[in-house]
Amino acid sequence: MPNVGIVIVSHSEKVAEGAADMVRQMVGDAVPLAFTGGNSDGGLGTDVGQIMAAIDRAWSEAGVAVLVDLGGAETNTEMAIEMIDEARQKRIAICNAPIVEGAVIAATEASGGSPLDLVKQTAEELSPQ
Amino acid sequence: MDTALKKSLIEDCAKMIIAHADELTALDQAIGDGDHGVNMKRGFESILADADALAARPLPDMLKAIGTQLVMKVGGASGPLYGTLFLTLAKEISDQPTSENLKAAFAAAFEAVKARGKSDVGQKTMLDVFAPVLAAWDDRSGIAAHLSETARQAADATIPMKAIRGRASFLGDRSIGHMDPGARSSSLLIATIAKHFGA
Repeated sequence: MPNVGIVIVSHSEKVAEGAADMVRQMVGDAVPLAFTGGNSDGGLGTDVGQIMAAIDRAWSEAGVAVLVDLGGAETNTEMAIEMIDEARQKRIAICNAPIVEGAVIAATEASGGSPLDLVKQTAEELSPQ
Repeated sequence: MDTALKKSLIEDCAKMIIAHADELTALDQAIGDGDHGVNMKRGFESILADADALAARPLPDMLKAIGTQLVMKVGGASGPLYGTLFLTLAKEISDQPTSENLKAAFAAAFEAVKARGKSDVGQKTMLDVFAPVLAAWDDRSGIAAHLSETARQAADATIPMKAIRGRASFLGDRSIGHMDPGARSSSLLIATIAKHFGA
């Protein structure tokens, strides 16, 4: 089984790219990774089509963990997941975790071959319960 | 539903949002990230450009296409929220809707938006406009005008509310004293639709 993929969805492309750089520094190419940020005009925001494309780029048969920043990023990611092929939907998890720390720790967990639920759980341990 | 009526509904809703884009943005700048007007304008401009093709479709298909365009174009939280509203209406409405069918469809759409936003009435959101409108919706004559006025008053009533959901909630008590931009855009759309049904 391949490793779980990581997707980073920020309102800012720079934040998303920077978080992805930090993930790569930690795990190299051991996990599929994609990021997206900004709306369809290139301003701050999130874009459902771009989120769907990012999930596709980071796709792994083991599933994909998605890290999001603020409100609209989460809502748009939920919308994107609903618009993706049903067979894949169950293997996509949004992690309730801070985007940068969550992405790095989720990727580190994924790089050891952990399943999606454990990757998600490890990232979410960063958030106060 | 008649193609000319559908086209006029689409054009008037789109023009209403586009004409109020600056106001919606100003409301959002006060308590949010200031993108509501520009985001909604982007979505409704795309719908306006497509008005003829959209109006030619049966009502449920038209609503589904509008919902999908809003999801794909608006961005921000309002994209999926308004998108969900229209996509749910598309599922629930018949091509020749009765008043009863319309109300039931809006009630289902309200529940879907609530679930999408993980929100509820009283949190200073668009739900605070849709809930009183649904509650006031009955069979009396002149109901369209009454619902339009209910929506306007409900948007005003978000001014003293404290935001519990969305970016505005980060402001805590400082969100009090401003109208919720989503409530305002909802009341604008409801007033525009109501006008086509006699308001």
